[in-house]
Amino acid sequence: MNQSKEDTISQLKALNIRGEIYHTRLTRKFENRKKWIKPNEKQLLSYIPGTVCQIFVKSGDKVDRQTRLLILEAMKMQNIIYSPVAGEIKNICVKEGEKIKKGVVMIEFK
Amino acid sequence: MAIKNKIQELRKKREEIQMGGGEKAIEKQVSMGKMTARDRIRTLLDEDSFQEYDMFVEHDVRDFDMGKKVLAGDGVIIGTGTIFGKPVCIFAQDFTVAGGSLGAMHSRKIVKIMEHALKMKMPLIGINDSGGARIQEGVNSLAGYGEIFFRNTISSGVIPQISVILGPCAGGAVYSPALTDFVFVVENISKMFITGPEVIKTVLGEEISMEDLGGAKVHSEITGNAHFYARSEKECFEQIKKLMTFIPRSNEHKVPAIEPKPPKTSYAIEDIVPDDPKLPYDVRDVIKSIVDDSDFFEIQEYWAANMVIGFGRMGGKTCGFVCNQPLVLAGVLDVDSSDKAARFIRYCDAFNIPIVTLVDLPGYLPGIDQEHAGVIRHGAKVLYAYSEATVPKLTVILRKAYGGGYIAMGSRHLRADFVFAWPTAEIAVMGPEGAANIIFRKEIMEAANPEEMRQQKVKEYKEKFANPYVAASRGYIDTVIEPSETRKILLHALEVATEKSVSLPYKKHGIPPF
Repeated sequence: MNQSKEDTISQLKALNIRGEIYHTRLTRKFENRKKWIKPNEKQLLSYIPGTVCQIFVKSGDKVDRQTRLLILEAMKMQNIIYSPVAGEIKNICVKEGEKIKKGVVMIEFK
Repeated sequence: MAIKNKIQELRKKREEIQMGGGEKAIEKQVSMGKMTARDRIRTLLDEDSFQEYDMFVEHDVRDFDMGKKVLAGDGVIIGTGTIFGKPVCIFAQDFTVAGGSLGAMHSRKIVKIMEHALKMKMPLIGINDSGGARIQEGVNSLAGYGEIFFRNTISSGVIPQISVILGPCAGGAVYSPALTDFVFVVENISKMFITGPEVIKTVLGEEISMEDLGGAKVHSEITGNAHFYARSEKECFEQIKKLMTFIPRSNEHKVPAIEPKPPKTSYAIEDIVPDDPKLPYDVRDVIKSIVDDSDFFEIQEYWAANMVIGFGRMGGKTCGFVCNQPLVLAGVLDVDSSDKAARFIRYCDAFNIPIVTLVDLPGYLPGIDQEHAGVIRHGAKVLYAYSEATVPKLTVILRKAYGGGYIAMGSRHLRADFVFAWPTAEIAVMGPEGAANIIFRKEIMEAANPEEMRQQKVKEYKEKFANPYVAASRGYIDTVIEPSETRKILLHALEVATEKSVSLPYKKHGIPPF
């Protein structure tokens, strides 16, 4: 009848909320939640999966904010990727014609 | 032609149409473990109560050789019938006819029965089993969906709308169920998604099965798109019938009261809640110790299980229960549980169902994922829903009611009509540990034995503030009650609140934090 009494304390998990430790079950969704990682400002990631059509810059190039870097074709649309920062390009990690997933490092800045 | 012959002709026509897509297609439907559309209607409705309309409707498409194709009833059955003697409008898509695809006439039939439901003020039940838009009909098919979505929206909060997903329901088609009040799904049969596994594979290169992407379990546990999960179609129909006993036929009707029954004696209310606020229990046991016949009809049992919502009867009349569940995630409010509670509160308010709130929560769930998922905006929905609701609102604080959670869970400040607390209630800004660490930080730091001092201060705070009497002294709660008095006092409060009337300032509509 009383389900919680069937759960021995050892089967329950500890959940800390503002210093209080509660004995409770966790949900699958809670346990599988994504850990937050601080974004690296020196890396430009693909925000959508697609194909790199054209690259306008090479390593060593100095770029401004809003300089055109490359075209990433995704969802039948040619997306122009602009530089989010002013700086120098350290490395181009993709090739023209390459199919990439979401979250892939495309360009590294110095 | 003699009248007899004409009758014969009618019978023959009917029989042909009743065969839907034909024997082979029916065999295939059954081999997939699915009932036919007609069997579904027969099983769900009272015996011999179904009256069909638009049986002879045909499409008039000539493109793509469609002129040669006869589609029985254009792939959907519509009509009226009764469930436990109460009238309902129903449509059931017939997968055996062109995969239940939605064309112009198909959608026009659905729209017709939706308009009947709205005009005559009765619930609408839609059984979805369709491959999607009928591509050959192009934009006319899309127009059909749009007309359905529009009527779903206009009918929302006026008549109950129930969606039953008994097959595929993909692409635009998913938005009709999403706009309705309750969505029923069945293991291995229901599939709902905007873009299917094939598109995901082409675009993203990710492989996933239909079941893992949008099966019954996914929508019952992960997305919250579904409200009721069943293992078979038969069980699903039983669930729908049971739901129908709890809800009114429209927002202008009240749910007919039934013979009141006392709760079963096996639920001893005083033995359920442990005294230690850090130990869990199943709040459903408390509900069952309060409601008529210990009969609690839970909604969205598997999704955001840290919040329990559902229907039960008090003195024969339907009430909506909104309860923190200490058994799961300590009963916290988070993005999902806020959405779950807020929508249900608005459902109850729309259909004149009193709301009973049982409170035992440590507050909101801390976490980067929660903050980034917009817990501010989602949590605000609970405040909005409680504040805006004008039905009788009764709240019982069982144990913890900390911080923002205290305010959100049907507090006096959001205009609960009656707020009761058990003697075990702890109504405070936060738990004793957290509070003592902040208030007595200096004393603890400067003490010869900080840990000892901390323990002492926690104890002090507990004794002084972790009780219901501070809130009672301000009138924030109406009275402190013994657990065993809960049902009696709630019955009394519901009785006196029957004629509650509240008028809100004129507005076209509010702007809830969707």
